[in-house]
Amino acid sequence: MKIAVCIKQVVTREWQLRVNESKTWIRDQDASWEPNEPDAYALEEALRLKEKHGGDVIVISAGPARVQQAIRDALARGADRALHIEDDGLAAADAFAVAGALASALKDEQVDLVLTGLQSDDQGFASVGVILAEKLGLPHATIIMEVEVGQGSSPGATASLRVKRELEAGWFQWVAMPLPAVLTIQSGINQLRYATLKGIMAAKKKEIKKVASPGAAEAKQEIVSIYFPEKGTKTQMIGGSPAEAAAELVKKLREDARVI
Amino acid sequence: MILVIAEQREGALNRASWEAIAAAQQAGGDVKVAVAGPALSGAEGSGVAAAAQELAAADVAEVIALQHEALAMYTPDGFVAALEALIAAEKPELVFLAHTYQTRDFAPKLAARLDRAIIVDVTGMKGEGAGRVYVRSVFQGKLSADVRAKGPAPHFVTFQIGAYRADAVKKGGGAPVRDVAATVDAAAIRQKPDAPFKEAKQAVDLSQAERIVAIGRGIKGQEHLAVAEGLAKALGAEIAASRPICDAGWLPMDRQIGSSGQTVAPKLYVALGISGAIQHLVGMKGSRTIVAINKDPEAPIFEIADYGIEGDLFEVVPAIVAELHKS
Repeated sequence: MKIAVCIKQVVTREWQLRVNESKTWIRDQDASWEPNEPDAYALEEALRLKEKHGGDVIVISAGPARVQQAIRDALARGADRALHIEDDGLAAADAFAVAGALASALKDEQVDLVLTGLQSDDQGFASVGVILAEKLGLPHATIIMEVEVGQGSSPGATASLRVKRELEAGWFQWVAMPLPAVLTIQSGINQLRYATLKGIMAAKKKEIKKVASPGAAEAKQEIVSIYFPEKGTKTQMIGGSPAEAAAELVKKLREDARVI
Repeated sequence: MILVIAEQREGALNRASWEAIAAAQQAGGDVKVAVAGPALSGAEGSGVAAAAQELAAADVAEVIALQHEALAMYTPDGFVAALEALIAAEKPELVFLAHTYQTRDFAPKLAARLDRAIIVDVTGMKGEGAGRVYVRSVFQGKLSADVRAKGPAPHFVTFQIGAYRADAVKKGGGAPVRDVAATVDAAAIRQKPDAPFKEAKQAVDLSQAERIVAIGRGIKGQEHLAVAEGLAKALGAEIAASRPICDAGWLPMDRQIGSSGQTVAPKLYVALGISGAIQHLVGMKGSRTIVAINKDPEAPIFEIADYGIEGDLFEVVPAIVAELHKS
């Protein structure tokens, strides 16, 4: 099986967000970066499918040169090779532009399965996988909690795919579809592995192929302004030392809110 | 005209559809509502007609009952085919949907099929017509973005659950319901779904808890759970968590609060080291009193908290436990 995993690099959760001068994006030149966590579950699922059924795992990422750090991390965990669509303009691009870039890089790869994380921790469209499926002409399913690949019983029979989708309010559903297909993977579907020292060393020799970017001309939305949301006025912030704050909080919960 | 695509399962409307109708009414202009499903055909249970009748209570120009047997069970291929044809016939300027799991599964595909803009998970609108911008939460709710759709109509917009109020829908004198036979080639639907099911009954029903102490990433490691458990014990509270904690296996999945877990509204909700991503907030924002303890002053959880303490939970929580034991 040839599996492609789409990964994104996002700012770390710890980085104190700052808005750029034009107030249209973050001041990303001094940000710290990490792989988008939901994509790590997609990568892990791909590695497990490979261990079970054999094949190759290709990671693919669109963005500036810095995303190679996220690609190297994926290679160190066990991906076989990588495609990098290097384009500074894709860093803050919308789902159409990103899906367009991924589709153009994947169209000649003949993959059996494309996995993405559920959504990204930055813009959180949760749309790239679905739009990518449409652009590649493939069936898709989203918010996947389990993946079963069955090899056809007779020689030459096509492999089949059966996935468990998460619905709302505790409901689930199994859906079958032909391969190739695109799946967006729900976080928590598996337990993530760590990169080993051996993996990190091996990753240095693995291929990262640069792929031409079709650009972000396809973008269908623009951020007019980006800003910190207004604080709710009802929040009472309690200051002081931990002991003082604790005493004040307990008093308020007892006497004002009357919940303890 | 704004076309709202409502959602039903076995004749029962998804409540969030009313929120999308409220958003459409507030945006102004003519509103039509479409709901897709099987025609009523006896043995197979309720069709789309019941849901269409219910929607007709809204003050809208028309309700369209989009019918085809192949729409009995939701599939993205089937719904995109049916709605693509409906949109071509109706020519709306805007298409509004509630940002449900089902919408997330097909709406981006529908927009891509038509090569039109889609703005997802919107919490508000500003301005009119071509100058209208849609407000979205980005960076895990730490920033808001005003976003403009580009390119020709229709633009698709999906609204975050709870961003508009279902009870704000203006009711009318009964909108006309029109049956439309959908154009779907059942053989072209690639997804073959089984019936939806629920996992074995959840061991813990947190919706009945009077007090909840919930932990997030700020707890840092499973070995620190005792800190939160100590507070829960002192308060007589159940312990719960945000999704990443359950994903990591530090607490079982049935302790998870949020869009993919349980929805709760206890008297007291104490959020320890939870930043407050929207997926968590939707599961607990109905709580009567919310306490947030977090070392990040920009954490979105502070926007909905009644009482906030900016500080290290490993210092603050033991102090609260000590205070509770004093009297």
